[in-house]
Amino acid sequence: MTVAVLSGFVLALAAPWLVRATGRAAGWVTALLPLALTVYFGSLLGQIGAGDALNVTHSWIPALGMQFSLYLDGLGLLFALLICGIGTLIFIYSGGYLPNDPHLGRFLSMLLLFMGAMLGLVLADNVIVLFVFWELTSISSYFLIGFQHSRPEARAAALQALLVTGVGGVALLLGVLLLGQVGGSLELSTLLGRGNEIRAHPLYLPILVLVLLGAFTKSAQVPFHFWLPAAMEAPTPVSAYLHSATMVKAGVYLLARMSPILGGTDPWVALVTTVGAVTMLAGGTLALLRTDLKQILAYTTVAALGTLTMLLGMGTADAARACMTFLLAHAFYKGALFLGAGSLEHGAGSRDVDHLGGLWRTMPLTTAAAGLAALALAGFGPVLSFIGKELLLEAVLAQSPTRALLAPAVLAGSALSVAAAAIVGLRPFAGTRPDELSDAQEAPASLWLGPVVLAAGGVVLGLRPEILAEPIVTASAASVLTRREVADLALWHGPNPALAFSGASLVLGLLVYRAWPTIRRSAAARTWWLSWGGPSRWYELGLQALSWLAESQTRLLQSGYLRLYLIMILITANGLAAYALLARVRWQPIVLQPAVQLHDAFIGALILLGALAAAGSASRLGAVAALGVVGAGISLVYISFGAPDLAMTQFLVEAFTVILLVLAFYHLPRFARLSGRTARLRDVVIAGVSGTLVAALVLLTTTARRDSRIAEYFAEHSVAAAHGRNIVNVILVDFRSLDTLGEITVLATAAIGVYVLLRLRPEKGSTP
Amino acid sequence: MRSLILRTAARLLLPLLLLFSVFLLIRGHNEPGGGFAAGLVASAAFALHAFAEGLPQTRRMIRVDPISLLGAGLLVTAAGGVAGVLAGQPFLTGQWVSLAPVGLGHVDIGTPVVFDVGVYLVVVGAVLTIIFTIMEEA
Repeated sequence: MTVAVLSGFVLALAAPWLVRATGRAAGWVTALLPLALTVYFGSLLGQIGAGDALNVTHSWIPALGMQFSLYLDGLGLLFALLICGIGTLIFIYSGGYLPNDPHLGRFLSMLLLFMGAMLGLVLADNVIVLFVFWELTSISSYFLIGFQHSRPEARAAALQALLVTGVGGVALLLGVLLLGQVGGSLELSTLLGRGNEIRAHPLYLPILVLVLLGAFTKSAQVPFHFWLPAAMEAPTPVSAYLHSATMVKAGVYLLARMSPILGGTDPWVALVTTVGAVTMLAGGTLALLRTDLKQILAYTTVAALGTLTMLLGMGTADAARACMTFLLAHAFYKGALFLGAGSLEHGAGSRDVDHLGGLWRTMPLTTAAAGLAALALAGFGPVLSFIGKELLLEAVLAQSPTRALLAPAVLAGSALSVAAAAIVGLRPFAGTRPDELSDAQEAPASLWLGPVVLAAGGVVLGLRPEILAEPIVTASAASVLTRREVADLALWHGPNPALAFSGASLVLGLLVYRAWPTIRRSAAARTWWLSWGGPSRWYELGLQALSWLAESQTRLLQSGYLRLYLIMILITANGLAAYALLARVRWQPIVLQPAVQLHDAFIGALILLGALAAAGSASRLGAVAALGVVGAGISLVYISFGAPDLAMTQFLVEAFTVILLVLAFYHLPRFARLSGRTARLRDVVIAGVSGTLVAALVLLTTTARRDSRIAEYFAEHSVAAAHGRNIVNVILVDFRSLDTLGEITVLATAAIGVYVLLRLRPEKGSTP
Repeated sequence: MRSLILRTAARLLLPLLLLFSVFLLIRGHNEPGGGFAAGLVASAAFALHAFAEGLPQTRRMIRVDPISLLGAGLLVTAAGGVAGVLAGQPFLTGQWVSLAPVGLGHVDIGTPVVFDVGVYLVVVGAVLTIIFTIMEEA
């Protein structure tokens, strides 16, 4: 299982080379990995379906009691199968969608990265592991939305998605840390059994709110829904995979996972059900105000996520079953619709329903797939989503206290889905074909395979639910309910209230579809307040406030003069050190050990002279040479105290200072005395205080540390544990190698910073 | 400014300095040296070459862009660390193999050496990125 999670990351590293080696077949080749993973997870279906759960644990940071642990139960398996199964089709599709893109390798690499992260997210047992993968999915989503990074809209949308889900991620981290403290364990499998204690704890409400914030931002619930339609800037396979079938369902996954731990209480039911229902209606309504296929689909995805959330909020057995069935069905038909929209764009050159029409003759396969999937979106026909919708209606109608409120909401939500389904399923394909589409053609195999397989999959699952859908839904619903109840899925439940409701929603939906042009016209006039006061507007205002804050504090602190920065840094560092020295340290007589030798005193005098000469020098070269004397003096001190490594490095650094100076020499302004008398006096005081303080610190630490065993420890263990006699190097590459790793990362970042600063200077006249 | 003396000296010094840097790198675990100092020496060698022959010549000779050395170096250090994880120990735990090749006596090879090579690459990459960028701006 660990291998399954990590394989995506490994292949992500190799993807660019793989693409170069395989060329046009790259999509088909990379799809082999998710295919293999699908087979692997599929083979576990029997075992997990019987109520078993797999658990794998590796030690990660044993010192902190942290484990890399994975847990596979019914819920995890449902998601893992969706991620890998749909992933297979998406990879094939991507190869056909971006065949000549020079960055196809990068694209597939990020897609693989996402797949690995998403698998880790749904299989994580440790909540910290879950959080890390959660953030990884946000980051890979950022890269993928911004894939066409030369377009400003794509960049803005990517940043928006990252910030919104990132805020939720931070809330989630706080929430799971509190949860770990209250529940006494970071392992979900342990926490699942401690729900009662956690729900009775005074910190329950803060935990609930934080976790819900994480789930709602990720799953685009109102009022955080606005990032999802904006994320449609991403290439279509990404929209289908991340922003409809898998990643946005991570919030739903979290809610389902947390149901046994946090669910069932009044605040849970009230918050989750309400937010879900509002999101369902808002998504459904907004979908009708768009004409871009992907935008319509994005809003129907928001509506579907709201439905799922609402069902999890209700928390009954019926609702859990309905939720899992609907989740499975939605992944199929929405994936198919998105991919179909991409094929339309590829074949006909447009995604706008106002410009499309009559394409059923030229694009028969895409039409068939999109038609079936649209039927599923509407929730009718021999498809799995029909079963899902019937279960949804049964669940809502069965729950007595909230029925009066939820039943009309669900009716309206279904009717809106029907209308949206009619728009995306009929408009582009039926009617007469506009003249500008005369050169439209059917998409290649890699592009129609995905939609066709997904749409047909929904039908097969609907016609024979007992083969695949029933065991998966039973197993995953059992994880949510913590008890096993066989889900009896069937297309025909006989005439019952749910069916009557379905019929009513169909009629209503078709009426809405007929009135669609009128609705759009009148809505355009009445929704001006959305752009003026809607949630996305809050987001913009928040961003503006943030950059205003950054700007004002930058103006305050960043003068642009190196000397002022130095002064600020020195004063801050000295102030803190002096405070610690005076307030916290017990003073004791300072003993110089070993005693000062004559040559030490000589070197010291040399350094001092060099410093004074540098400060008083009348030319730049003179000042540099004098500073060189200081550096050389320090190297001599290292040698005299037996640290040849440090001395060598110091000498080399001195050499590079000279090289850099030579390079910069021509660009520097004429050497001049810029500071007046008072400024010099100030500099002398600051420099003197800093030097004295550092000297005092060094003397104090050597005196206080005399009985410390750290030096002996390194000396003793250097050869035995690290096979090296050079203690300095052993410390760098072995004992303290994590520090070194951090330092060289900083070094690399700094080098890139210099490169960027020098290379990417704005053109004259343009604003940076 | 093409000085014959500098060019001749650079031609002779370049291989010497590079050899010396490798020497420093390898001996670093037991004697003074190590990836950081060795990386600085190697960068100095290339910088000298760039001064003597001009930057385009040096870029052609090195072939890789120094900026990609940064990433390569970080990857190598990370790989040295991951070896510990694969052996079931915490990240960055040193793994050692003792070899006894004929005529060389007894040699220990371990992942910290790999780690040090990564440090070396990052240092060379960083210093050359900075120096080359400044030279091109000049």
